[in-house]
Amino acid sequence: MEKRVDWRQAPGPFAALLGPPLGWFLLFFAAPLAVVLAYSFGTNVGVADIAISGTFANYARALEPVYLAIFLKSFAIAGAATFVCLLLGFPVALAIAFAQPRVRTLLLVLVMLPFWTNLLIRTYALMTVLRDEGLVNGALGALGLPPLPLLYTNGAVILGLVYVHLPFTVLPIYASLDRLDRSLIEASLDLGASHLATVFRVVLPLARPGILAGLLLTFIPALGSYLTPDLMGGPDSQMIANVIERQFKRANDWPFGAALAFLLMYLTFLALAAQGLFRGRRAEP
Amino acid sequence: MSAPDLLDYSRRWPLRLVLASVGLFLYLPLLVLVAMSFNDSRQTTVWRGFTLDWYARLGGNLELLAALGNSLAIAALATLLSLLLGTLAAIALWRFRFPGLGLVSAAFALPIVVPEICMGVAMLIFFARILPWPAGLPWPLSLGPIVIAHVAFIFPFVAVIVRARLESFNRETEEAARDLGAGPWRALLDVVVPHLKPSLVAGALLAFTLSLDDFVITFFTAGPDTVTFPVKVYSMVRFGVTPEVNAVSTVLLVLTVALTALALRVQALAGEKLAP
Repeated sequence: MEKRVDWRQAPGPFAALLGPPLGWFLLFFAAPLAVVLAYSFGTNVGVADIAISGTFANYARALEPVYLAIFLKSFAIAGAATFVCLLLGFPVALAIAFAQPRVRTLLLVLVMLPFWTNLLIRTYALMTVLRDEGLVNGALGALGLPPLPLLYTNGAVILGLVYVHLPFTVLPIYASLDRLDRSLIEASLDLGASHLATVFRVVLPLARPGILAGLLLTFIPALGSYLTPDLMGGPDSQMIANVIERQFKRANDWPFGAALAFLLMYLTFLALAAQGLFRGRRAEP
Repeated sequence: MSAPDLLDYSRRWPLRLVLASVGLFLYLPLLVLVAMSFNDSRQTTVWRGFTLDWYARLGGNLELLAALGNSLAIAALATLLSLLLGTLAAIALWRFRFPGLGLVSAAFALPIVVPEICMGVAMLIFFARILPWPAGLPWPLSLGPIVIAHVAFIFPFVAVIVRARLESFNRETEEAARDLGAGPWRALLDVVVPHLKPSLVAGALLAFTLSLDDFVITFFTAGPDTVTFPVKVYSMVRFGVTPEVNAVSTVLLVLTVALTALALRVQALAGEKLAP
């Protein structure tokens, strides 16, 4: 049964409802991004002017080895963080999904609470612990070990990204495990499979949509992250977003920054499309 | 061993170990932060005795307080506008059939997936070149660009939440209202909107959090006179750590925990009402 009303039956209410959000979207989202797109085909003229010359030079420059290496490094760092999130997040989601109701609520709140906490505060808190005179190095010193330079390294960036994005991995996996038909697990155990074998051969395949969603929800923001590499990274842990920021705030090369921003956006859409493809293939049979 | 016990993985030691380590990983840094805010020492993380000095100093840090005020004002305005636009969008896309329905639905999801840095630079260019915001406006108006940018990326989140709630709406109640003589707007306000209430509460909480939390987009949109709390904390962290950051972070942490507890309580109450 088609429940929707054709807009021509009530053009007034239709315009009143859709007009404001669509107007806001077009004026304050679509238009600014369109300007960025136009600038990405532009050239700097003088100090402050940009001519939209239709050149591909900015994109060509983005593919030079220096910048290609930064794209690859961003992929590697975001990928490593996503992988660690999965390794930690799957067992956590498994424990939450099969816990007693009261424990489950408590654990869910504990996972969600950092998500509601300010990102900057969380990053700063992690930095406090990792600093040379922080808790971890203090503990090492108490054991008579030399301090480890933990902060301002690629490892610190990965750890920071895991710290910030772990709830995004846990929640979708938890949601798919929660919906899972438990009799399948009981059947597997009854037929003599061990718990470990059951997790790998029954639970994991059934939870795949949730795992894919969790991976994507972690990888996409991690790939474009600015704050974590900026505050926790060293001189060679710059990710794409940091390079983009530099073009706008310091190097003052807006056309090149615009081209990098659009490349990052295309990569994001590519990741989304890849997930859609996976899901589509699964739904077919 | 009975069946529910058999599947209660949270009681098995390998998973308990993972849970404990992840819990420690997530919460130890925050606990250290809170402890250090009471520490009578400037530089080291060694405990030197209890003090409330850093909290007293917060009261004197006018820049930080002004930034917090800006953030709260921006979050309040952005929440109101996002709630309005998000609800309108959700109802329009749920109610009407029109050419381009799929396209508009997909477009409204874009601000959720577009990387923050891309939106940030877009806002920077937009307010620098296309729509320069007049300088020297009185206080809440000077926050305009940041509020506009926040609403642009937050209202789609509200729309998603409200849209999910609309799926459970029983259209017959609205038709009954119309049959009893209510006009289309009356029916919308008196029948549809009350049904949406839980999603409006959830949407408002999410909108407020997203706005208060946002650093990247604000960083590119803010001028020198419109510093927000995250931008201020960022510059404090960047240019030398001060224990005042510990203190103000602790205040915000306590607020967050209180708000979360309140939200859970409201949800529990709403749940009881729904299931008499």
